[in-house]
Amino acid sequence: MTTRATTPLYDPRLDHDACGVGVVADLRGDRNDQVVDLALTVVEHLEHRGASGAEADSGDGAGILLAMPDALLRARFADLGVQLPGAGQYACGLIMVDPARGSTEDVTTAIATLAATLGLRLLGERVVPTDDAGLGRTARGSQPVFLQVALSATTRLADDLDLDRRAYVLRRRLERDAAGAYVCSLSSRTLVYKGMLTALQLRGYFEDLTDPLIATSHAIVHSRFSTNTLPRWPLAHPFRYLAHNGEINTVTGNRNWMRAREATLESELFGDSMSDLVPVCTPGASDSASLDEVVELLHLAGRSLPHAVLMTVPAAWEHHSEMPAAHRDFYAFHASLMEPWDGPASVTFSDGRLVGAVLDRNGLRPARWWSTTDGLVVLASEVGVLPIEPERVAAKGRVAPGRMFLVDTLEGRIVEDAEVRATLAGEAPYGEWLRENLVRFDQLPDRTMLVPRHETLVTQQRLHGYSEEELDVVLAPASRRGEEAVGSMGSDTPVAVLSARPRRLSQYFSQLFAQVTNPPLDAIREQLVTSMSDTIGPEHNLLEPGPHSCRLVALDTPVLSTTQLAKLRYLNEHGETPGFRAFAVDGLFSVDDDPSAPSPGERLGAAVARCCAAVDEAISQGANVLILSDRNADARLAPVPSLLLTASVHHHLTRTRQRTRASLVVECADARDVHDLALLIGYGASAVYPYLALDSVADLAREGVLEADPTEAQDRWRAAMTKGIRKVMSKMGVSTIASYRGAQLFEAIGLSSSLVDAHFTGTPTRLGGIGLDELARDVLERHRTAYPSRPSARAHRRLEVGGHHQWRREGEVHLMTPTAVYLLQHATRAGKREVFDRYTAEVDDQSARLLTLRGLLGLRVADAPLRLEDVETEAQLFTRFATGAMSYGSISQEAHETIAIAMNRLGGKSNTGEGGEDEVRSIPDANGDSRRSRIRQVASARFGVTSKYLLDADELQIKISQGAKPGEGGQLPAAKVHPWIAATRHSTPGVELISPPPHHDIYSIEDLAQLIYDLRQANASARISVKLVSEVGIGTVAAGVVKAGADLIVISGHDGGTGAAPLTSINHAGAPWELGLAETHQTLVANGLRERVVLQVDGQLRTGRDVVVAALLGAEEFGFATAPLVATGCVMMRVCHLDTCPVGIATQRPELRKRFTGRPEHVTSFFGFLATQVRELLASLGLASIDEAVGRADLLEARYPDGHPKAATLDLSHLLAANPLGRTSGRPAPRVRPRTLDDDVAEELGPRLATGTPSVAQRRIANTDRAIGTHLGALVTAASAAGFDDDTLTLRLTGSAGQSLGAFVPRGVTIELEGDANDYVGKGLSGGRIVLRPPLLSSFDPSRTVIAGNVLAYGATAGEILVRGVVGERCCVRNSGATVLTEGVGDHGCEYMTGGRAVVLGAIGRNFAAGMSGGIAYLYDPDGTSARRCNTSSVELEHLDALDDEWLVELLARHAAATGSQLAAELLSTWREARLRFVAVVPHGWREAAAAAHSDALLAVAGAGGA
Amino acid sequence: MRSPTGFLEHPRELPARRRVELRLRDQRDVYEAVAPELLDAQSARCMDCGVPFCHAGCPLGNLIPEWNGLVADHRLPEAIERLHATNNFPEVTGAICPAPCEAACVLGIADEPVTIERIELEIATRAFEAGLVVPVIASVRTGRRVAVVGSGPAGLACAQQLCRAGHEVVVFERAERPGGLLRYGIPPFKLDKSVLDRRLEQLAAEGVEFRCGVHVGTPGEDHRAASDGLKVVSSSSLRAQFDAVVIATGATVPRRLAVPGAELDGVVVALELLRGAELAREGRLERPWVSAQGKHVVIIGGGDTGSDCLGTSLRQGAASVTQLEILPAPPVARPPETPWPTYPAILRTSSSQEEGGDRHFATATVSILDRGDGTVGALEVTDAGDDAAPTSQIAADLVVLAMGFLGPEHAGLLEDLGCERTAAGTVAVDGAFATTTPGVFACGDAVRGQSLVVWAIAEGRSAASAVDRFLMGEDVLPAPVTPSDRPLR
Repeated sequence: MTTRATTPLYDPRLDHDACGVGVVADLRGDRNDQVVDLALTVVEHLEHRGASGAEADSGDGAGILLAMPDALLRARFADLGVQLPGAGQYACGLIMVDPARGSTEDVTTAIATLAATLGLRLLGERVVPTDDAGLGRTARGSQPVFLQVALSATTRLADDLDLDRRAYVLRRRLERDAAGAYVCSLSSRTLVYKGMLTALQLRGYFEDLTDPLIATSHAIVHSRFSTNTLPRWPLAHPFRYLAHNGEINTVTGNRNWMRAREATLESELFGDSMSDLVPVCTPGASDSASLDEVVELLHLAGRSLPHAVLMTVPAAWEHHSEMPAAHRDFYAFHASLMEPWDGPASVTFSDGRLVGAVLDRNGLRPARWWSTTDGLVVLASEVGVLPIEPERVAAKGRVAPGRMFLVDTLEGRIVEDAEVRATLAGEAPYGEWLRENLVRFDQLPDRTMLVPRHETLVTQQRLHGYSEEELDVVLAPASRRGEEAVGSMGSDTPVAVLSARPRRLSQYFSQLFAQVTNPPLDAIREQLVTSMSDTIGPEHNLLEPGPHSCRLVALDTPVLSTTQLAKLRYLNEHGETPGFRAFAVDGLFSVDDDPSAPSPGERLGAAVARCCAAVDEAISQGANVLILSDRNADARLAPVPSLLLTASVHHHLTRTRQRTRASLVVECADARDVHDLALLIGYGASAVYPYLALDSVADLAREGVLEADPTEAQDRWRAAMTKGIRKVMSKMGVSTIASYRGAQLFEAIGLSSSLVDAHFTGTPTRLGGIGLDELARDVLERHRTAYPSRPSARAHRRLEVGGHHQWRREGEVHLMTPTAVYLLQHATRAGKREVFDRYTAEVDDQSARLLTLRGLLGLRVADAPLRLEDVETEAQLFTRFATGAMSYGSISQEAHETIAIAMNRLGGKSNTGEGGEDEVRSIPDANGDSRRSRIRQVASARFGVTSKYLLDADELQIKISQGAKPGEGGQLPAAKVHPWIAATRHSTPGVELISPPPHHDIYSIEDLAQLIYDLRQANASARISVKLVSEVGIGTVAAGVVKAGADLIVISGHDGGTGAAPLTSINHAGAPWELGLAETHQTLVANGLRERVVLQVDGQLRTGRDVVVAALLGAEEFGFATAPLVATGCVMMRVCHLDTCPVGIATQRPELRKRFTGRPEHVTSFFGFLATQVRELLASLGLASIDEAVGRADLLEARYPDGHPKAATLDLSHLLAANPLGRTSGRPAPRVRPRTLDDDVAEELGPRLATGTPSVAQRRIANTDRAIGTHLGALVTAASAAGFDDDTLTLRLTGSAGQSLGAFVPRGVTIELEGDANDYVGKGLSGGRIVLRPPLLSSFDPSRTVIAGNVLAYGATAGEILVRGVVGERCCVRNSGATVLTEGVGDHGCEYMTGGRAVVLGAIGRNFAAGMSGGIAYLYDPDGTSARRCNTSSVELEHLDALDDEWLVELLARHAAATGSQLAAELLSTWREARLRFVAVVPHGWREAAAAAHSDALLAVAGAGGA
Repeated sequence: MRSPTGFLEHPRELPARRRVELRLRDQRDVYEAVAPELLDAQSARCMDCGVPFCHAGCPLGNLIPEWNGLVADHRLPEAIERLHATNNFPEVTGAICPAPCEAACVLGIADEPVTIERIELEIATRAFEAGLVVPVIASVRTGRRVAVVGSGPAGLACAQQLCRAGHEVVVFERAERPGGLLRYGIPPFKLDKSVLDRRLEQLAAEGVEFRCGVHVGTPGEDHRAASDGLKVVSSSSLRAQFDAVVIATGATVPRRLAVPGAELDGVVVALELLRGAELAREGRLERPWVSAQGKHVVIIGGGDTGSDCLGTSLRQGAASVTQLEILPAPPVARPPETPWPTYPAILRTSSSQEEGGDRHFATATVSILDRGDGTVGALEVTDAGDDAAPTSQIAADLVVLAMGFLGPEHAGLLEDLGCERTAAGTVAVDGAFATTTPGVFACGDAVRGQSLVVWAIAEGRSAASAVDRFLMGEDVLPAPVTPSDRPLR
């Protein structure tokens, strides 16, 4: 591609995909000729889950896998004169041959030659006829030739799979030898057709697929939604055994571990061919392809396909009390063989006989199935993808998290999950093996370890760069609370490489986090699906497991105590624990010059090499627990940074294929926070003993700082670190420490590629940076501090002050200095431009103190600058300015409204944040001011997101991530949830509000597309934006977001943020916006998507220069939070989370709010000065407008300050490629709202809508009819803010509803559906009613049958949903006011609920009511199982009281009447007994709070009345 | 654990001042002792700001939030350590600093600031009482010798830092006892001299050698003591004996009043009054050179020195005291021209002003009238803001000029050493406090001109760092300020 040269930050390896999948199987197994047709229909009905690129007709990929269609192949090969042997006696495959890189003849010849060596014979080949009419230019231009080959065996086959094994070896060799050939499949059992197609193009493209002879027992179809659009045909699914909807978050580690394991892979079945099978994971392939390759190997080497799938994607067995012991043993045993392939996944698979699907442990992808009375089984991401008459449906269900759905087409039956697992668990005495071999710490003999003398502590702390601040702000709080410390207001210190001070190596790494393409997990509320348990010891042959495979030491947490380390260090010292041998290696290098290694870097490098050699030697002598230690550092020997040592040894052992022979345990002094520990684990450590941190904690305890004894404090600190690591994992969507270990989920910022390639192989590092020498010099500088030549010169100075979190004169530099705060406030209050210029000079001049990447970028002033009057005006610029998403709740009403008024006066936009907004603010004030926020945020908690809220927006912003804490939800501490805040958020006063880490309706890119679709239905004119945080790969994510339909993308820097967040997140997640913005802009340009979208940037923007640099890097709009906040009086207290803001901003306390002194004029003054400055700078560059500036990175140049050796190592050329926008028509308008069935209804009912006259419309509905009712709801809301009476407008539907049925519908609208529904029914319900009932003719038992999908009533604020049937996972998440009755729910029901009522008449899944803080749930629980499944951390279970009773009877009666529920009728008829079997799930203190609700409401009015 | 809401729970409160009639009878501290509960409550008011403007506003960079927290947590040993980390003499600044930190305190935006200065004093006082202040004796000696000329706050701080860095330090002081302005410029009711002596003992124990009564360089003609038989050390011998020389001689040239009658007997500069009073108290003079006893005293100058003269005059038994300030009375509340966190121009009432005397603002002296015998009889004054205003007279037996200082004395040492001077008349230095003469450094008011003790200590520390780097080639000592740093405006 020609654009590649100018888009250096776009890396196609970082592309993501997600999709719709479907399975169609015929239980009669009679090679039904309808199966393919039905399967194609399924994929066509999932078309909205796929995507197309810049051209609508170039798809991201679609394909089909089918059990071998023998009749078709037999006929077509016969046409060529080739007689195929009997079915199953030949292997057939489809090969994509890229005509640019090879010919079909070459490939055929190569196959024939390879076949001969494997006891195979090429029977014949054919070119599969295709029809590329209708394909887009990109797809057509890169079409491969589809070569089909048939092979048979020439020697006797050992077993049924032997032919496939030989074909597999042939394929691996062919992939190695033949350029330009990609084998879609080559098997005797299955056949794959796929390509870079849209779902709708698949059927027509391959003529075979519509051939009447194409009969098969089952098929898997897949429609892909990718973030990229470059032509890559092989990326389409299905692969050879599976098709995958999701992401494997841990794939880097999984691949590394597979590679490491290859040394121990042996199988009698493959014999010498094993060497042809490695690397198992093809370099450069997608995550799904790698998973497919591993499953393939496991299967062909002897395991059944379900076995191979279950061990790679295991259920959450670790904390599953209800799981049978044998099943747990199965999982526990396999955990010692292999780490999970972790990530949101719905994996469908087939071996030609068994076809099925498995869902990851979190259940973050939908999978629904149904079977018919005539033997058809369909499984798909959505229901309704095949029109099946209700009376034909025999059963329906969903695949639950961690469960498998399996069809045996030979036996013609559905195999229950329990049966599958029972069969697998019974195959070997796993439990016995584990009991005999797995070692727990408490089984190891006690050891004592010498604790270092107290006097050496300070020396060690200095040696490792500890600061006083770290002790006070980082270590002490964690040791007190057992939780990581929290901070506020983001970070405005330089990234490590820009800092003039020594920084430790870990600070050059930034954590990656999930955004859009996969969801972060909820490590708090859904902790039960995570696991911090791991094992230590050698791995054995994966392919031939036995009792010895689990001869390992089990760990509960990777953060070791002193006793635990001692036990490991002296493991089997006297032969008492056979099978283990520990070896410790000292990571130290000489302080003094050494003639053989004169520079510090060389000495450091040599030390690392020595350690690797020592480890090799130890392993060769049988060591299998390696302890990497810096314990023996002294006045002459400096410590090798533990991260460098760990990663180096890890990669050395991986490269030399020894990695799985030993585990790494790190004994180090430099690791002392969650980030340090996460890195060590991420680069291969199984366990870490951070002795200096533990010693320091003990010391703090002894000094009386912690009010705890030393051991207790250390335990709390370890608990805090464990919890913190879990959170870091969860941000990336990783559930288990075993799969996080070695997963390298980091990017480096400021490390040279030579350093990274050698020691952190595979980690992205885009700017280059420092090498070993600079690292070593930093270590030596600290060493000099620890062993000073003149100690008394530092009298009264124990450690450095720090100054990272709180500004200190001698500490790290900050963008917001006291001087900058003062000058900004003085300038905006006194209206003095000259003071403003002093302020911007203070911020912009980074020649002496480097703070940001943009500080290294100089502007190339034009030879012929423009006159100021030729540059676009301030007023035009104001439309490009927005203020940040600061919620009402996090900041006070006064502050929130001041900013809103200011932005409305200017014509810019303010943002609600995620706390909702009082509707009163939409009414203009008497003086013409408006307090309305034009941007309304839709965040994961959906506080106050109602129909009205959405309709009042000019822009709807979907917050995927925020700079301060990407991958985490917001948190509003209990102290700030005053009654008036609770009222706006529909929550309970005084109860902490935590937002879920993921949006529970966005687990993937197609879900984002759906939410955008929903919001567009809710407000046709609003611009829809998506807020992302800069990290490597953001460009491809953004490409996906554009394809999902967003009008605007916000790129936030890692350092921004005004909210409260854990310190690790503030400081160590995400990347500078300069990088993210440039990458996004370049990627969108490369993919032809840039024209469709507006890019906004935010994160520590402070000055006109910042704006101009951002524009040159690709931004058109600009967001500001801290600067306008400072203008209103913020003084960067960084106590937003404490509700003690002394200037009345980040507080709700009335006495502090009185101290607020900000006025709208201060904010308008700031933006006025800013805009003028922008104009002046544009003029100097010779540019007349921002549009002209966008992407003109050629007007920037790198300028390195003197005396900054670290910064001088950076290569900024990647940032500086010109990619002008070239747009002349200004920013694009919001896209057009797609028409839905609602438009048709609106036309029919016309004027009655406006008047509120009751009316009814009837329609049929299909799964492609999405967000039905939402547009109608918007019309109703527009007609009457209060909504109409219940049931004013009734929509009667029959069929299968698409996603988001009834989303955001307001009071007055009722939707009755006879049939079933997909995910997100009643999302954001705002007062409307939804009734779901099965068709009258159904034969199944409705009360046990799934009728609606996941995440029902998410974020509902009012209204009622009555469901006759069972619904999926996470029903009523964040319900804050609706009444929802169902007859059964999946896992995580009523999570985060803050109001409303939920009634469940049937079974509930695990983790019910996690984090529920308001409302009541009533469970009909005749056998007591429901009570056991509740997460009782925030709720208690009670009997019904009289008020409940009355309310329930009334509701049940309504339910019975509306849905015909037999169950409800029965309960009512036996109510006196039935009521005793109900339990009420009530949040702690809720009844009292509800009783006080009346007075709270009064208070709320009082609180809101301050304006 | 310090509570984050302490500032909402406790109002600002300083210890009570002793009753005026009692304190006028002695020279002791005007404040009552501080009760422990008061200290607890006041330190708990500190909000531990993310951006501590107090710490920014303090020239020393005192780690105010840190020690406030440590005091609140009753961790005195750690508190004094943290206080000493940036400040050699907290017992001094805690007593007499005008506290720019408090002017910058975030709590002061909408409330009363934390009593930072008082907390500082309490930490220092209690630490001394608890025996926590001990000499820090350098274990490694460099063999380098440094001469510090002048023993005011800048010279002392510089000397202590250099001595701890292992250098041999000799402090030259032409007065009889070391301390400079701290001893002879600040009256004992503001700074008890035992406090100074206690600290000097520490310096001496650490190895700082004091040579008092020694004049370095050619004695200036106008120096009163030049004839008192002081030892004189020439600048060349100083250069020969020491590897580096630090000039910390202060800004001792007083601003004089250019009006008719300024030469009359009974017109004195402030230091004559103050120094004389102290020498008399020490017993070195039988009686002060100048005494206010029984006199009608007029003090020209409304600043801190003027206040010190006022308090001293009252204690000497003046018949009346009138203090004239040429500027109009500042507002009571912070005016917009000096917004937070700058040091505000507001009306302050010192403890001495509380004790008595009249204050006249916007009052300019037109002339000093001769009683007829060559002594002062009265002042003719007028409205300073109005040229056409009529004049009036104030009877006066003693006129004390407390109008500040012009800069260092150049004749003598500075000229001998060949140090260049700035346009403002101060010693010219580069960014590292080096004068134009190699090996000669300067700090304190000699460089900055008349300033605060807290700036002097800060410069002394920074100059020590520069000298150490000059001698040893490494950065070891802290350097809180550069010569060009100025308060925020």
